[in-house]
Amino acid sequence: MTVKYSKDHEWIDISDHEAATVGITLHAQDALGDVVFVDLPEVGKTYAQGEVAGVVESVKAAADVYMPVSGEIVEVNEALRADPSLANSDPMGAGWFFKVLVKDMEQFDQLMDEPAYAEFAKNA
Amino acid sequence: MSDLLTTPLNALHLELGARMVPFAGYSMPVQYPTGLMAEHHHTRTAAGLFDVSHMGQLKLIGPNAAAAFETLVPVDVIDLPVGKQRYGLLLTDEGTIIDDLMFFNQGNDTLFVIVNGACKAGDIAHIQARIGGRCQVVPMPDHALLALQGPQATTALARLAPGVDKLVFMTGGSFTIPGCDCFVTRSGYTGEDGFEISVPAAQADTLARALLAQPEVKPIGLGARNSLRLEAGLCLYGNDIDTTTTPSEASLNWAIQKVRRTGGARAGGFPGADKVLAQINDPATLPRKRVGLVALERVPVREHTELQSTDGQKIGEVTSGLLGPTVDKPVAMGYVAPAFAAVGTRVNAIVRGKAVPMEVAAMPFTPARYHRG
Repeated sequence: MTVKYSKDHEWIDISDHEAATVGITLHAQDALGDVVFVDLPEVGKTYAQGEVAGVVESVKAAADVYMPVSGEIVEVNEALRADPSLANSDPMGAGWFFKVLVKDMEQFDQLMDEPAYAEFAKNA
Repeated sequence: MSDLLTTPLNALHLELGARMVPFAGYSMPVQYPTGLMAEHHHTRTAAGLFDVSHMGQLKLIGPNAAAAFETLVPVDVIDLPVGKQRYGLLLTDEGTIIDDLMFFNQGNDTLFVIVNGACKAGDIAHIQARIGGRCQVVPMPDHALLALQGPQATTALARLAPGVDKLVFMTGGSFTIPGCDCFVTRSGYTGEDGFEISVPAAQADTLARALLAQPEVKPIGLGARNSLRLEAGLCLYGNDIDTTTTPSEASLNWAIQKVRRTGGARAGGFPGADKVLAQINDPATLPRKRVGLVALERVPVREHTELQSTDGQKIGEVTSGLLGPTVDKPVAMGYVAPAFAAVGTRVNAIVRGKAVPMEVAAMPFTPARYHRG
């Protein structure tokens, strides 16, 4: 299992061993509607788990993007900054937000797997 | 959720797949499956159908209705010709805004009034208490209200109701649309040409389906209604105006006709007149003023965002703001100290601790396309 989900509706994928990729879930982008703006974290900065690392906004609402695990930001998705609608059209792919060096794999292990998140999102 | 009211179009909204949210005590469609952005663009390019049945409709009836209503609003009611509509403001005795509204002279000593949904219970109680002895105050909870807005609204509606195309902005009349007893005004709250249609609740579903069957028309939710009205520079009661703001502070002097101003034939005689007229006569006394704002970076600036001068002094606050889908820029309205109210003035909005440069801009942000004939 290389993808896990947070209760803040982010996904994190560790299939690339260099750095984990983080984005918002299909459910999150659907709840927000058409995404028109993202504020991405600073490359090189370290955030604790649960800290606000970015913002995603639709016309009607703004939502914080939280760090699903602690770690250092090593890359942000400049294509998403230029075209925020990627978060709607391909939230699990081209619409990724940032890459992070995971500090503590235990934090990753404790996140939800896909069936658990599907159940969580259904009741959200 | 169970204590929420529903409009006569509730079943239709659910059938169309709307996302329903609580608004003004009602369960209302915030968007349909196509989404806010597509709905906004559709209204600006074709025609959008809005359910605004949460709004309050009432009639004021009797030979003294117009004179009585004039004692509650700073606008010219008495001289409004039969068949015409006007914008008005209910004021407190301190000259602040209880609600904004539209009223229509239907003739036969009858004014048809439309007020905001969240304010309607209070408005009706206020009107009843102040002028209930001089005219009949008749709420119309058995009526729905639909808005059809956009450059193709006339084409779509005239197909069902020949003659509506003859109406001009802020006029109206009775029409039978298909078999429904409608009162139609050529007005709305999107900045586009269009109509508002009052219809008995029992006929609302039939009317809405007939309108949606027209090729130009799609259903539009409250989300797009908000982005459309903001681009049109129109106030949202509760955000941009409320009982802490006066008409002059809200830049609504245009709504106060000369006849009710100092030196006019019926000057004053409305709640808070001394203060309201003093502010019109001496704008230097204004503590703050509502202005339009455009961000110079592509960062949405939302309500309650602090506004600062370029040297870091707090000068005001944003009351509505979003990325305008048509102008394709972040637009906002807010209140600033009068020294910063001139168009072109540079200010900063403090968004998540960072200064976003903004410029005071003329409203509307998108050109109004009302059909004035």
